[in-house]
Amino acid sequence: MENGSGVHVSETAEQAALATGAPRGGLGPGGGLGAALSAALRMFGRQREATVFVVAAALFLYFAIDKGSDFTSKANLVTVFSDNTAPYAIIALGEVFLLICGEIDLSVGFVVGFAPYLMYFLIAFYHFPGLLAILFALLLGVVVGWVNGFFTVTVGVPSFITTLGTGFILLGLINTTSHDQPATIPADIMGIGKWIATYAWSPIVWAVVLALIFHIVLTRTRWGLHTVSVGGNQLGAREAGIHVNRIKYGNFMLTGVLGSLVGLQQMYFTNNISPTAGSYTWMFYAVTAAVIGGTAMLGGSGTIIGAFFGAVALGILLDGFPLVGIGADPLSIVFGGAILAAMVANVQLTRLRERGQS
Amino acid sequence: MAATTPQGQPGFASQDTDILRVEHISKSYGAVTALTDVSLRLARGEVLGLIGDNGAGKSTLLKILCGFQQPTAGRIFLEGQEVVLRSVDHARSLGIDVVYQDLALINQLTVFQNMFLNREKVRWPLVRNGAMRREAREHLDEMGVHIPSVNVPVARLSGGQRQAIAVARSVFDNPKILLLDEPLAAMGVKEGAIILDLVTKLKQNNVSIIIIAHNYGQVLQVCDRVNMIQDGKITLDRLADDTSAEELTEIVVAEYRKALEERQRATSA
Repeated sequence: MENGSGVHVSETAEQAALATGAPRGGLGPGGGLGAALSAALRMFGRQREATVFVVAAALFLYFAIDKGSDFTSKANLVTVFSDNTAPYAIIALGEVFLLICGEIDLSVGFVVGFAPYLMYFLIAFYHFPGLLAILFALLLGVVVGWVNGFFTVTVGVPSFITTLGTGFILLGLINTTSHDQPATIPADIMGIGKWIATYAWSPIVWAVVLALIFHIVLTRTRWGLHTVSVGGNQLGAREAGIHVNRIKYGNFMLTGVLGSLVGLQQMYFTNNISPTAGSYTWMFYAVTAAVIGGTAMLGGSGTIIGAFFGAVALGILLDGFPLVGIGADPLSIVFGGAILAAMVANVQLTRLRERGQS
Repeated sequence: MAATTPQGQPGFASQDTDILRVEHISKSYGAVTALTDVSLRLARGEVLGLIGDNGAGKSTLLKILCGFQQPTAGRIFLEGQEVVLRSVDHARSLGIDVVYQDLALINQLTVFQNMFLNREKVRWPLVRNGAMRREAREHLDEMGVHIPSVNVPVARLSGGQRQAIAVARSVFDNPKILLLDEPLAAMGVKEGAIILDLVTKLKQNNVSIIIIAHNYGQVLQVCDRVNMIQDGKITLDRLADDTSAEELTEIVVAEYRKALEERQRATSA
């Protein structure tokens, strides 16, 4: 019985402590210091979006002052925003949602490449009406997203591997169905092209409007909150009754359809359907924009506004470096450095937060 | 062993007053059996303590009762009607809510966002942050839970505050039945007292409660009745007044001793 009475003693000790009526209110340690630290962290957290905005604005001013009308001419600004920024910004919207819920899509760049071909095949070989063919091209992204969701969520393959596989499959589909030959845009869909891309500012207008919508979806709708929940605490989200699988499937499909949209935009913008349009570059730049913008790859946090300005910064650099005569070659060094710097900031922030929590 | 057989089932006589009745529930995960045959009852306005060793099946039973998992076999009656709890949402709509041991809080979201997690107030398509903030604050004040602000991420709260948030959230929709999984685990005496206060308050509001605990001394303060679960079965059903922390401890210790003796016999043989 020594064992039993031992347990009993410790219990009565606790009861005694209870009975003395310890003071209420002070729930946790560290009132003043903790509050000051959390206020500082909150400012830092907001600053992450502000930082990338300031970087983008500073880059813009630098090139505008240094190169004058070479940079600020309408033609060049169209290149900066519609050509260099918009496609990455749009794909980044989907990637941010995926990264927040703990997944990634490496295949989206090949949806960009295959969507125009699908549309072309449907019109040229199957005599689909133009609008219907465009609808199917968008649907391609939804289907690819569903397949990515199926293997990741239902089968249980990590999305990094799933989308590596589907990306290669799409690349193979592009190459075999096109016989590596470019195609021309069918005449009967040229008209709606101006709404999608031909009008010089359309791509960036699409990007801005979509970014605003996605920002609101992320911060002010159940879908957005549940996406954060799934990435932040998947078991907890499931226990709260959130349909975790539905959220992940949905975000894969969302990313896919954005890939299709960018594919069509590129087709109109370059006035060409090219077998080389599908590549990893779309995804890499989009993820770069997201990470520079403050989206951690740890899941549970990320911002649409940050990713958008991350894409703007990329777009300005892509255009500005050749203008100042540095050339495009060392650009990747800058991007790589920016990714590392942003990630280090993210990791440090998380550490600080965890320390502040205890 | 007297300790392992059901001793005088004070419950099964008066079934009209039962809000919840569970009959012959079992649960297996593949080859592993978590619950062999569990029957229990919960009277209206009663606080039932569910005790037992780690791995005895307490959490599994709770996850079945809140709709998170489906039983392999057995029946559940809610206010006399047989129900099949298809999901957490479904159980919640029937008036059963739960606080998981891990609390199911999302660190990245604020206090009010967590309190309304998966039951957000919506004016389609947007969530109504203002209304949710206000109601969360009112609700916490009502329950005597003191949080500096409902706008801070829950990651910044202490263990007791997090637990209090989880409990407050679970009674938002005025459930008839509340399930609490180890609400006192990993908590100091002071913080535990706040949670026990909450439980007492809820009981006064006629909420029926099942509470899992391993600290018998603390749990007996608020419980009307205690059920012990061992090896996936209910082995003891006592009114709290008819037992004591010492007796419950003794039963568990006797169980340990038996297991130990069996092992020694097995190794020496």
